[in-house]
Amino acid sequence: MADSILQVENLVKSYGDVQAVRGVSFSVDEGEVFGLLGPNGAGKTSTVEILEGLRDLDSGRVSVCGLDPQRESQALKHEIGAALQSTSLPDKLRVMEALRLFSSFYKRRRNPEELLKRFGLEEKRNTFYSQLSGGQKQRLALAMALVNDPKVLFFDEPTAGLDPQVRREIYDIIEELKREKKTIVMTTHYIEEAERLCDRVAIVDHGKVVALGTPRELKTRSGGTTRIEVRLAKPEAGGALKNLEGVADARELDGAYVIHSHRPPKTIVDLVKHLEAGGNELISLEIASPSLEDVFIEMTGRRLRD
Amino acid sequence: MRNFATLTRMRIQLTLRNKMFLFFSVIMPFGFFFLYSGVFAKGQPEVVRFFLGPVVSLTVMGSFWGLSAALVMFREQGILRRFHVTPVTPSDMLASSIVANYVLALPTVLIEFFFARTVFHVTNFGDLLATFVLVSVGTVSFASLGLVVASVTNTMQETQVINQLLWLPLIFLSGATFPLAFLPKIVQNVSLFLPATYLVQGLRRAIFESAPIWDRNVLISLGSLVCWAALTFFLSAQLFRWEPEVKVRRNAKLLVVATAIPFLLLGLWENKFGNIPAQAQSAFDSLNGPQKSAPPPADSPK
Repeated sequence: MADSILQVENLVKSYGDVQAVRGVSFSVDEGEVFGLLGPNGAGKTSTVEILEGLRDLDSGRVSVCGLDPQRESQALKHEIGAALQSTSLPDKLRVMEALRLFSSFYKRRRNPEELLKRFGLEEKRNTFYSQLSGGQKQRLALAMALVNDPKVLFFDEPTAGLDPQVRREIYDIIEELKREKKTIVMTTHYIEEAERLCDRVAIVDHGKVVALGTPRELKTRSGGTTRIEVRLAKPEAGGALKNLEGVADARELDGAYVIHSHRPPKTIVDLVKHLEAGGNELISLEIASPSLEDVFIEMTGRRLRD
Repeated sequence: MRNFATLTRMRIQLTLRNKMFLFFSVIMPFGFFFLYSGVFAKGQPEVVRFFLGPVVSLTVMGSFWGLSAALVMFREQGILRRFHVTPVTPSDMLASSIVANYVLALPTVLIEFFFARTVFHVTNFGDLLATFVLVSVGTVSFASLGLVVASVTNTMQETQVINQLLWLPLIFLSGATFPLAFLPKIVQNVSLFLPATYLVQGLRRAIFESAPIWDRNVLISLGSLVCWAALTFFLSAQLFRWEPEVKVRRNAKLLVVATAIPFLLLGLWENKFGNIPAQAQSAFDSLNGPQKSAPPPADSPK
C-alpha cells in the first residue's frame, strides 16, 4: 500500500433515487494498469468521474496523487490526463491546434509535435476534427490526455464503438504506455480488453466491486475448473446437472447450460448417460479453460454482453 | 490568464471558420445598414447619421444570439466536458467568449461607419469617444446576456425560443427599428425598462447630438449597461454547466429575473424624472422640421 497513488474507500454516489455507486473500494499502485470491468450502468463511469474531480461524491473517501478531487480539483487537474466517454471537440478545430490549445492549459507540458508523431497523426495535423475517422478521433483523444505528461491517466471505455482492427491499434498504444510505467485507470465492458491490458481488475456490478485481483487470480478463483457449455434439445432441471460427476457449478444462461467441472472427461460421460436416460439430446458442446467472463457470470449470474 | 488568452484565440479562429457567423455578423448587419441608410434615410447624410445609432445598436445587440447558441452547442456536443478535465475555469470560458465576440463585432461597426462616410458622405459622426465607449460596453453587456441565456436553457430549441422572445421587444420597443419618437406614449414608457433602449438612445445622443461622455443621458446609458453586464456575467459564471446531462435548477431560472432589477429601477426613475423620450422627440423633429419649413440649414453638409 505504501506506493499506492490512488485510493478509493467506501465510495457512494446517487443520482436522485438511483444509487449508481454503492460502497466501492480499491487502490491503485504507481505504474499499474487498473481496470474497472462491468456492464453499462454498473457505476464505472461515475467512479472514474469522481476521481477526475468532475463530480462530487456523496460519501466515502478518495485520494488521487495525494489530493482530494473534490476540494483540490484545480491542483488535481494538472496531475491527471483523461480520455472521457462521449466528448467531442469543435468541428472546425484542426488536430495540431487541439493539441497546442490543450497543452497550453498546463504548467507541465509535453511537446505536441512528439505526441503527433507517436500517435500516427502527423499526416492529419491540419485536418479538421469533423473529418477524422472514429479511430483517429480516439487516437487524438489519447494523445490529448498526455499533453501534460500526467501522473495518472483515466481512460473511460477507450475502445467503445470502434471496429476490431481500430480497437487493436488502441490496445497497442495502451500497452506501450504500460511499458513506460504509466499509471492508468481504465473502464471497459470488454473482457478481452481487461485480460490483455490490465495488471489488476475490479469486476463491478450494480455499483459494487464483486471481485478484485489480477486476471490470473480471478480466473483461478473460479476453482481451476474447466468450462463446458452445452445446448440441449429439451430443457433440463438445473439441479440435475449439478449432481453429475466432477461438477463444481452448473447454471442456465441464455438457453445454454454452463457447467464448471474439475474432471471434464468424467463429467461429459456422465452427462451423456444422464441425457440418454431422460430421453434428452445433446445439440452442441464446447469446452474452454475459464475466462474472466466466467468469473463475471459466476459473480453476477449474467453475461457481460450489452 | 494564459488559458483565457488561448481560449479567446481559439474562439476567434472557430468563429471565422463558421459560415453562420458570416451571415449573422456580417451580411445581416450590412443588410440593415443599407436598408436604413438607402431606403429609410434616402441617402441624405444627416438622416443617415440619425439612423447610424439604431444600425450600430442592432449590430451590437446581435451578439447575444450567436454567443448563446455557440455555448449551448458546445455543451450539447460534450465539448465543454472535455475542457472540464483541464484546469480551465468557467470564468476563463465565459470571458473568452465575450472578448472573442468583441474582437469580431468591432470591425463590423467600423465598416458601417466607413460606409456611412464613403457611400453616404456623412462627415460628422458626433462624439467619437462616447460612441466608442458605448459600443464597447454594449457589445460586452449583450454578450453577457447571451451567456445567461445559455446557462438557463437546457437544449438548443429552448435557447432559440428564448432568443426570439428577447430579440423582438429589444429591437421593436427600444427605437432600434422605429424611432422612439414615432412610438406611442405608453410604449415609450415601457421602453424605458429595456436595456436596449439605453444603448440605442445613448448612441443616438453621442452620434447625432454629439453628446460627450459626461452628458447625463450618455452616463446613464453607460452606467446601467455596465451594472447589467457585471450582474449577468456573475450570474452566468454561477450557473455555468459543463455537462450536457446536468440540467439547470428550477430556482436558477428565477435568478435571471434578478438581472432585470437594475432596469426595473432605472425605468421607474426615468419615467418619473428623465427626459429621454423628449430628447428623442426633438432629435427626430430636427430632422424633419427644417426640411418642411425652409431649405437645409447652413451648417448641414451639402
